[in-house]
Amino acid sequence: MKHLTAVLVATVFVLATISARAELVIEITQGMDNPTAIAVVPFAWQGNGTAPEDVAQVIDNDLARSGQFDPVGRGDMLARPSTQQEVFYRDWRAINTEYVLIGRASVTGQVQMRIEYELFDVNRQARVLSGYEEGHVNDARMLAHRVADEVYETLTGIPGAFATRLLYVSVTRNPGGKDFYRLTLSDSDGARPIVLLESREPIMAPSWSPDGKHIAYVSFETSRPAIYRQELATGARVQLTNFRGLNGAPAWSPDGNSMAMVLSKDGNPDIYLMDLRTRELTQLTRHYAIDTEPTWMPDGRSILFTSDRGGRPQIYRYDLRSGATERLTYEGSYNARARVAQDGRNLVMVHQAGGQFHIALQDLVTNRLQILTSTDLDESPSIAPNGSMVLYGTKSGDRGILAAVSVDGGVKFRLPAREGDVREPAWSPYMNR
Amino acid sequence: MKQLTVAGKVLTLLFAAVFLAACSSKDTKDDSSAADAAAAEAAARSAAERAAMEDAAMAERRLQDAVAAVGNVFYFDYDSSTLKPQAQAALDAHIALLRTNDRSVRLEGHTDERGTREYNMALGERRANTVRDYMVVNGIASYRIETVSYGEEQPIAYGSGEANWSQNRRVELK
Repeated sequence: MKHLTAVLVATVFVLATISARAELVIEITQGMDNPTAIAVVPFAWQGNGTAPEDVAQVIDNDLARSGQFDPVGRGDMLARPSTQQEVFYRDWRAINTEYVLIGRASVTGQVQMRIEYELFDVNRQARVLSGYEEGHVNDARMLAHRVADEVYETLTGIPGAFATRLLYVSVTRNPGGKDFYRLTLSDSDGARPIVLLESREPIMAPSWSPDGKHIAYVSFETSRPAIYRQELATGARVQLTNFRGLNGAPAWSPDGNSMAMVLSKDGNPDIYLMDLRTRELTQLTRHYAIDTEPTWMPDGRSILFTSDRGGRPQIYRYDLRSGATERLTYEGSYNARARVAQDGRNLVMVHQAGGQFHIALQDLVTNRLQILTSTDLDESPSIAPNGSMVLYGTKSGDRGILAAVSVDGGVKFRLPAREGDVREPAWSPYMNR
Repeated sequence: MKQLTVAGKVLTLLFAAVFLAACSSKDTKDDSSAADAAAAEAAARSAAERAAMEDAAMAERRLQDAVAAVGNVFYFDYDSSTLKPQAQAALDAHIALLRTNDRSVRLEGHTDERGTREYNMALGERRANTVRDYMVVNGIASYRIETVSYGEEQPIAYGSGEANWSQNRRVELK
């Protein structure tokens, strides 16, 4: 026991440190055919010294990354207004800009930051949005992401998902020794990475609680896989399982009260449900095949999972009230690890076609299947809370990288790490303010 | 000069000790001539035991050499958890050695990078279980065997392509 404790101390660090090495870099590879031209004018800084963050640049990058906007370069701007009085539409018509976003940032008190913004429609010559965001100066980037969310929703009709966060696993290889595994939390654009857990043993399957305040993951730090729950604000964590065999793929129910998971303690992998208050387990599937990768339908009434009970891995749906199981996927010989958008209609998964593994989307109403990616070894899809983008892991050369694709396949970008491998992205739900 | 004096004293003491020891050994021999036969018998017995132990050690060494020759990694085909004949032969060497001791082993199942991570965790477990079952059938008690799956998380070769993948689809006996 003493020995075990020593090993734990030596190999596991629960950290909250900024790690520049784990930072993701964004490379947009494909945008929409006719993106909206928008000018995000540098925001006026109404405080001492220089602004703590170039708020306009964060917003500009968010909108560009969506693939639906083509932000005007600052060098092309004929004017840099920061108030409505300074906006002259002819300046923007001259450079074919459809929308202009201006704003002002200031610090009130010691640490409170306030960002005011106004959005103008150049063709209609009208202000179409105005508002402000306030928060701690250290959260300047998050305030900027919220402005981007408002602009995005005003212009597309879809809520933005920039003010959200990502979890992912990164690995630094250590040839001849044990690799370093890290569980990292970052902004949705990969900025501000925070290492939550560092270990010499694998870390897998990060997932979010529905309120975005807790996470769950699998860590091999005891030399066996076990499921842990961790509170983001305090770092406090609890080991939820430690069964013989697999302890994997934790998935929070939409109401936050229970967690679906994979256990093989009774001989082979089956889906179980844990009541998070009582820790009581209920076995849901009972089959000699592999049943794994549970995920919830947004209404909380059924769970999708992968099973090879038909010979090859396919997606099945388990109805929690009736206990009935039905097969959902029929196209292709390998469909696995489903995730369902909040609308309950778009199912994304790993789909094998022509020997390669791609991310595919199946419309659960029409059952039409669309392959979204053209890269190989694509895995671990995670859908943005607004349903617009799918983040996934893939390989570039022999390195693991993250990549994103819009649900219509039209927009693509890559997020390689500055070094090492990155994998298993988990896009957060909307964060409570 | 002082050092030489000390060395001289040590030499004198040693001389005295050797002389005393020689006297005492002579005394013992005079008193126990009746035990000679018993001593000879004991010597013969211990020689036989020694020979038997040497044989056993040699046999054990042979088993260990056999195990070292086959290695402790058993490879599998893509998406398969069936034990290949070569892996079976290698495992037989380990089983022969394990029958001579009470050591516990850990079987770590691994897969290549194709397919999803959780499905590969299940596949790695299947592979480790296949090896475990083979060992149990051949007389190794199941409580001596621990199985753990690492799925695709700990590759031997990081690259893609069959040359790398074939090295990663494995069970390691530790």
